[in-house]
Amino acid sequence: MHRILIFLLGLAAAPWAFGADGAALYSRHCAACHGDTGNGGIGVPLALPSFQASIDDDYLRRTIRHGRPGRVMPAFLALPTEDVEAIVARVRSWSKAPRMRYPDIPVTGDAKRGRKLYDAHCAGCHGAKGEGGHGTGITLSRPRALPVMAPALNNEGFLVSATDTLIKEILMRGRAGTPMESFLKQGLAERDIDDIVSYLRGLQKGTALPASTEAPVLVVESPYDLKTTVENVKRAVSSNNFLLIREQGLDFGLVPEGREDRSRHIVYFCNFQFLNEALGVDPRVGMFLPFRITVVEERGKVRLMAYNPRRLLPMFNNQELKDLADELTRRTLAILEESTL
Amino acid sequence: MRLRALIAAAFVALAPAAPAAPAAAQDLMIARSAQPFPEAMTALQAAIAARGYTISRVQRVDVGLENRGYKTDKYRVVFYGKPEEVARLAAAYPDLIPFLPLSVAIFAEEDETILVTTNPALYAGMFPQPELKPVFARWEQDLVAIMEGVRKAGHAWLGPEP
Repeated sequence: MHRILIFLLGLAAAPWAFGADGAALYSRHCAACHGDTGNGGIGVPLALPSFQASIDDDYLRRTIRHGRPGRVMPAFLALPTEDVEAIVARVRSWSKAPRMRYPDIPVTGDAKRGRKLYDAHCAGCHGAKGEGGHGTGITLSRPRALPVMAPALNNEGFLVSATDTLIKEILMRGRAGTPMESFLKQGLAERDIDDIVSYLRGLQKGTALPASTEAPVLVVESPYDLKTTVENVKRAVSSNNFLLIREQGLDFGLVPEGREDRSRHIVYFCNFQFLNEALGVDPRVGMFLPFRITVVEERGKVRLMAYNPRRLLPMFNNQELKDLADELTRRTLAILEESTL
Repeated sequence: MRLRALIAAAFVALAPAAPAAPAAAQDLMIARSAQPFPEAMTALQAAIAARGYTISRVQRVDVGLENRGYKTDKYRVVFYGKPEEVARLAAAYPDLIPFLPLSVAIFAEEDETILVTTNPALYAGMFPQPELKPVFARWEQDLVAIMEGVRKAGHAWLGPEP
């Protein structure tokens, strides 16, 4: 019986004993954003010594599970526990410092007073409502205002992942290598820090992007023939402050030149200021560039079609893109309407 | 250098469909290549061709931005498709047209390269026709292989981990 029990216990422990391959799992699920060695990119730099020194394993576990709704980092709900543990071990392997553990006990303080202190000392980077800084991670592909994106402190994923004691520790010590300085060194007392923690814990949660039920495609029928409609689109693109990039058949480059289907015609256009802003907010939006409207002729009817930016928005899990998606949808509809007047 | 490039190319050509996509749980597929942009771009185009697709064109987003005074690292969008499939789907399912041909965004992050594309599984929620389900599933499988191939080519480029 004992032998059977030991055997069963051994089986249960097998995944841990043999260990899921943390390096491979990290490489597959995390490295694209956080870098192969944790140096950051679209995601924050996990190998940063001051980051490693100010978190504990539970913070990483919960962050992997809950992500940051509306702030790029996805929630890995389906990952087996042993895979999460292996990834945590991989991330922690970059730090030789002793691992801290922050107990989940509340820090009590005066939230009202904490709000005033937050406004004075934190809001400049973390936003008036704790909504966080602009952009993604440390964004290596283009210029950025801060060396690392300030986290959204009102984010549900953050508030679930970080205990009060962990937040307090970060405020007390700061994070070297980032703009986050020690509040003690800035002259605040421990009581002040408790008040800020208390205020943060009560912040109204930022909202995640709900799944969209809008149609994936914006479609308008044209009263004109295909050639006239294409010319109308080009004019409307220009009058809506976009630059015409190119026009081509849908199958351009796929079939030999001169044999393209002339009944499906794409007009590509761009507003570079808008584009630069969008890529600054989130460099992942590129596969929908440049903006386009396709004019299609079928059975004597001419239709204009464009993807619906609002429908595609939730895939990026980035609340900051919402205004841009709304604006692009509005402008696309204006072009469609003007082209078919 | 040439030997590394050969090993990387072999990885791309031989890469089997991986069991899970990079960040497969999500609507986006993202992969990082340890190769610099030019080599990763070559690997991407080879991987796309190896799955039977034709590259229709490459949009040089960075060139357009830089010409207008904006600073950016290399940023391109690669369009690809299978000619007969694009024609057939466009005729039978016109609502798919704005999403055709397929595309992958590829951009530099210092000495490394990031690839991003939509997980075609997402389209199944937008276009529920049952006949399209296997098409999206095949695209997803192909993209997993393409992204994984480029990622592995990058690792081969680096050489074995010490």
